[in-house]
Amino acid sequence: MRKELQKYFRNDKLPHIWCPGCGHGIITGAVVRAIDNLKLNQSKVCIVSGIGCSSRAPGYMNFNTLHTTHGRALAFATGIKMANPDLKILVLTGDGDCSAIGGNHFIHAARRNIDITTIVFNNSIYGMTGGQYSPMTPKAAFATTAPYGNIDRNFDLCKLAQSAGATYVARGTVFHVPQLIKLIEKALKHKGFSLLDVVDICPTYFGRRNKMSSPIAMMNKIREMSVTVRSASKMSEEELSGKIVIGEFHEERVPEYTEEYAKVIEKAQGGN
Amino acid sequence: MSKKIILMQGNEACVEGALAAGMRFFAGYPITPSTEIAEISAEKLPKLGGKFIQMEDEIASMGAIIGASLTGFKSMTATSGPGFSLKQENIGFACLAEIPCVVVNVQRGGPSTGLPTLPAQGDVMQTRWGTHGDHPIIVISPSSVREVYDMTIRAFNLSEKYRVPCILLMDEVVAHMREKVELPEQSSIDIINRKYLNPSMSVYKPYMDYDGDGIPPMMNFGDGLPYHVTGLIHDISGFPSTNADVSKDLLNRLMSKIYNNLDDILEYENIYTEDAETVIVSFGSTARSVHRAVYLLRQEGFKVGMLRLKTIWPFAHKAIKKLKQTPVRNLLVAEMNFGQLLETVKASAEGAFRTYGLNKYNGELITPQEVINKVREVAKHA
Ligand SMILES: Cc1ncc(C[n+]2csc(CCOP(=O)(O)OP(=O)(O)O)c2C)c(N)n1
Ligand code: SF4
Repeated sequence: MRKELQKYFRNDKLPHIWCPGCGHGIITGAVVRAIDNLKLNQSKVCIVSGIGCSSRAPGYMNFNTLHTTHGRALAFATGIKMANPDLKILVLTGDGDCSAIGGNHFIHAARRNIDITTIVFNNSIYGMTGGQYSPMTPKAAFATTAPYGNIDRNFDLCKLAQSAGATYVARGTVFHVPQLIKLIEKALKHKGFSLLDVVDICPTYFGRRNKMSSPIAMMNKIREMSVTVRSASKMSEEELSGKIVIGEFHEERVPEYTEEYAKVIEKAQGGN
Repeated sequence: MSKKIILMQGNEACVEGALAAGMRFFAGYPITPSTEIAEISAEKLPKLGGKFIQMEDEIASMGAIIGASLTGFKSMTATSGPGFSLKQENIGFACLAEIPCVVVNVQRGGPSTGLPTLPAQGDVMQTRWGTHGDHPIIVISPSSVREVYDMTIRAFNLSEKYRVPCILLMDEVVAHMREKVELPEQSSIDIINRKYLNPSMSVYKPYMDYDGDGIPPMMNFGDGLPYHVTGLIHDISGFPSTNADVSKDLLNRLMSKIYNNLDDILEYENIYTEDAETVIVSFGSTARSVHRAVYLLRQEGFKVGMLRLKTIWPFAHKAIKKLKQTPVRNLLVAEMNFGQLLETVKASAEGAFRTYGLNKYNGELITPQEVINKVREVAKHA
């Protein structure tokens, strides 16, 4: 780690709880690098998470950090942002945390277009509880609660976010780190609700159950299956099956929620 | 200056009290019979530069007020039965992480969707034990519109002082009735704000008992020193720990910050208890009928009195204990439920009194006549 990044970590809280080969550390590192590149004021950054292996990340990061209840990070974060719009808010969440138990909060935070950057550590499995299927587990994949193969259809989080009203939507992976850092920077600079779906790996549970026990094999799979948004636009549905489309999907300028509320205050006080 | 006397609804008095106490953030989700609290907050808060948000559900509302409180805003949410059930997990978070906040529960008939528009007092035990695990909590319950105002202020004061969620336990009748009230001047109201630590410190340990009173001072997110808040058992620096002593010490401190301050937290009212043979224990709107019944029975020469609990939890054992030094022989607990408080009163009585329940759970108030009939019946047993 570069020396100038040390200040962003709570070094006395390391080593972390993650398994060897887990992708969560890569995303955590990318978040910190993006924050450093943007020179954000550390004491004005607030990082909120839910429950899961991924949601432990903020505990290692030296900012205002809030480790909430399972799925509810966005609800807590909404309260913080509403109360103090000067704070820069990030939500770090797992795919289960965000899209299953937290799905409702996710949709509504996107709909409001409140200025929160949500970064999903998407390893397509419930890591912390030992490998049960999540709403992001691909069809036919194996999980401890899908011993015969998963029959659930999975979400495309980016499409979900966009149709719910998110105004910046992108996908990165733990293999394409320089791009990931750039995407996080873009998401952080964006005024409004931004979603970054990060394709991540859980070698311990997803890998082992699905005959890819080595993190390297899982990384290679991400590399092989990834296509950019631009190339994807020229591919047929069939060619795209099983592929990971990475890059920016959506960006628009829409009034941000706390700015709209500031106008409500003005109206209420001005009496017109 | 002549004071203004206004006709006011309980729910309205709740918002007025909250604003007087310094509430500047409200997050809620509509539910009868609490909805007016959200509606009036939506109108009044922005006028004072405060914030209102209607969240997607009660779980989110509870999360949002905790988040807002961490930035230094006095925050409140209001709900009823089904919504109160949904809030429980995050109420536990606020108990463990020690985040001041006020939760109003306007009780309606339950369980489930129950009787949405009718009064009940069936959430007595849920306010105490609704969230999982051992935890401290303060629950107070008003009986009149003016008391709703005063107790909402007190709910904020207790919550800020002890860093604990405070539940204002109302019922449909108190929330929806209109009474003439005279509100005090703002300058005459005692306001308690949470303790803050000098932000010029170089390290902040958010759960360190700096003052030795069991209540760690706070610092707002964004004030300068970064810190961590979690719903996991944590050490004084705020970080997770599974150390047995850390867990024990934390839970002991959480309990003792409340149980060492019972004289401050417990409020109750004794009416004619000195010479009474029968004392009726009640709270909320039920206490109004009881009061009327006691008045009428006294005119007939019955030696009857009442104990009105204003603080429901922690339970006022000392109020029951004091009755042991009086001629009281019978305790009658009147409540709009199957006898939730009765069990606690019995335990507190330790056999010193004959205890009876007067219970109603059909969506109707307990009437003064019903209280009178029950007292007569009890007197016959004696
Ligand atoms: C209300 C509630 N239900 C269930 C759990 C148990 N639980 C803890 S973490 C978790 C899943 C985490 O999966 P994910 O969000 O994908 O994160 P990961 O561990 O894979 O990083 C579950 C179900 C909980 N803590 N709270
Ligand atoms: S269980 Fe999976 S997600 Fe959790 S730390 Fe291990 S590899 Fe990472």
